[in-house]
Amino acid sequence: MSSIGTGYDLSVTTFSPDGRVFQIEYAAKAVDNSGTVIGIKCKDGIVLGVEKLIASKMMLPGSNRRIHSVHRHSGMAVAGLAADGRQIVARTKSEATNYDSVYGEPIPVKELAERVASYVHLCTLYWWLRFSETDSHYHFKLYFFVFFTSITYCWRFHRPFGCGVILGGYDRDGPQLYMVEPSGVSYRYFGAAIGKGRQAAKTEIEKLKLTDMTCRQGVIEVAKIIYGVHDEAKDKDFELEMSWVCDESNRQHQKVPDGLLEEAKAAAKAALEEMDAD
Amino acid sequence: MGDPSAETQRTLYPYVTGSSVVALKYKDGILMAADTGGSYGSTLRYKSIERLKPIGKHSLLGASGEISDFQEILRYLDELILYDNMWDDGNSLGPKEVHNYLTRIMYNRRNKFNPLWNSLILGGVKKGQKYLGMVSMIGVNFEDNHVATGLGNHLARPILRDEWHENLTFEEGVQLLEKCMRVLLYRDRSAVNKIQISKITEEGATVFPPFSLKTYWEFSAFKNPTVGAEGSW
Repeated sequence: MSSIGTGYDLSVTTFSPDGRVFQIEYAAKAVDNSGTVIGIKCKDGIVLGVEKLIASKMMLPGSNRRIHSVHRHSGMAVAGLAADGRQIVARTKSEATNYDSVYGEPIPVKELAERVASYVHLCTLYWWLRFSETDSHYHFKLYFFVFFTSITYCWRFHRPFGCGVILGGYDRDGPQLYMVEPSGVSYRYFGAAIGKGRQAAKTEIEKLKLTDMTCRQGVIEVAKIIYGVHDEAKDKDFELEMSWVCDESNRQHQKVPDGLLEEAKAAAKAALEEMDAD
Repeated sequence: MGDPSAETQRTLYPYVTGSSVVALKYKDGILMAADTGGSYGSTLRYKSIERLKPIGKHSLLGASGEISDFQEILRYLDELILYDNMWDDGNSLGPKEVHNYLTRIMYNRRNKFNPLWNSLILGGVKKGQKYLGMVSMIGVNFEDNHVATGLGNHLARPILRDEWHENLTFEEGVQLLEKCMRVLLYRDRSAVNKIQISKITEEGATVFPPFSLKTYWEFSAFKNPTVGAEGSW
């Protein structure tokens, strides 16, 4: 599956002869190497879960949050290069508050996903976008700059974001789940997984009856899936981080309450032991 | 600075203003009262403006002065509280912090000769500690056991200095506030007889629905106000 794009993979602004942009594919590989991140859409909300691989025993549990609130009603879980993820989260927060101050209502999740995807995509082309002000209409201004910058700055160092995000929110149209890849592609899902164990996670998610499930039940299921796909042999320790936005949380995005989180972890460990016992 | 259009953007005078806000510390927290009037100069134009708003989990903000500037301050605080909530780390900004933030905003605007034309009262309770502070439009800030804005400073605070004591019950506090608001209603021309009281305790903030004070106009002095006055006959 991995083909060496010798010569055509040095710049994100170069196509290969068979029509691929290798830099973006390599960026996706960075995402594939990170801990699993899952999102599911239950009937009353969204649950996000992250398998946070612990690099050192010295790290304080609860630090290095991978799930961030981007506004009252929505949150984002990041997989891949953490520093790149920080940029995306900061930009998303900025877009969300900007929409709210202009239109007076919380940004619809669809709109937010579009803006994130647009930003991620544009950052695969133009390096100077990182420094521009929050402006949802920057795409129009771009066309004027394209001619100048592509000629004078084609040796400017630049790479795409090495992270994928799962964005979940609850607006007037109900709970919605989107995933944005490093290429800038974004789709709406009822269940999504990225990172190391995504194939196994997706299989597990497909088995769930999400339309009948409440978020309370969903939290338990997500914990079970993450514990299930965690590879004990390759990576030693991990911390489970989960968040939700649902009717029970008053449509606010927040960490899953401690009591429920402990319950979910216990259920997940029990399910693992049951599997091992077979 | 030399930009001529900038001159027309500085605040020179207020347009729609709210009158006094009075607040005091009581046993469980803070009690705050204000009327719901918005004056357009000498016209009592708007009769249902809410000037007491809860901020975050621990604070209550009351404002007098320009209503549009108050709404702008609410926007700033909304964003402040949103970013605070997004940390989702179990911590939240308390009344002291919000008061400090407001002081910075008001003082910095004053330094640019473009003030937010408000006198703000910020009260709250966090971890059992009660806090009550005031910020004026030029950035003067202080905290005390009872505060008032505008004419309330001259009419209400003397009453509070005499009758306030530690550990007032809720009923005593409300009675005291009503006494102050009644004096203001009689004597402040921009007061409206539709009062709102709000309280904040450790459990949270409650803004009560507006009500009217009973007034008595049959005092003999009101009947013949100019009897014995200088130059009268």
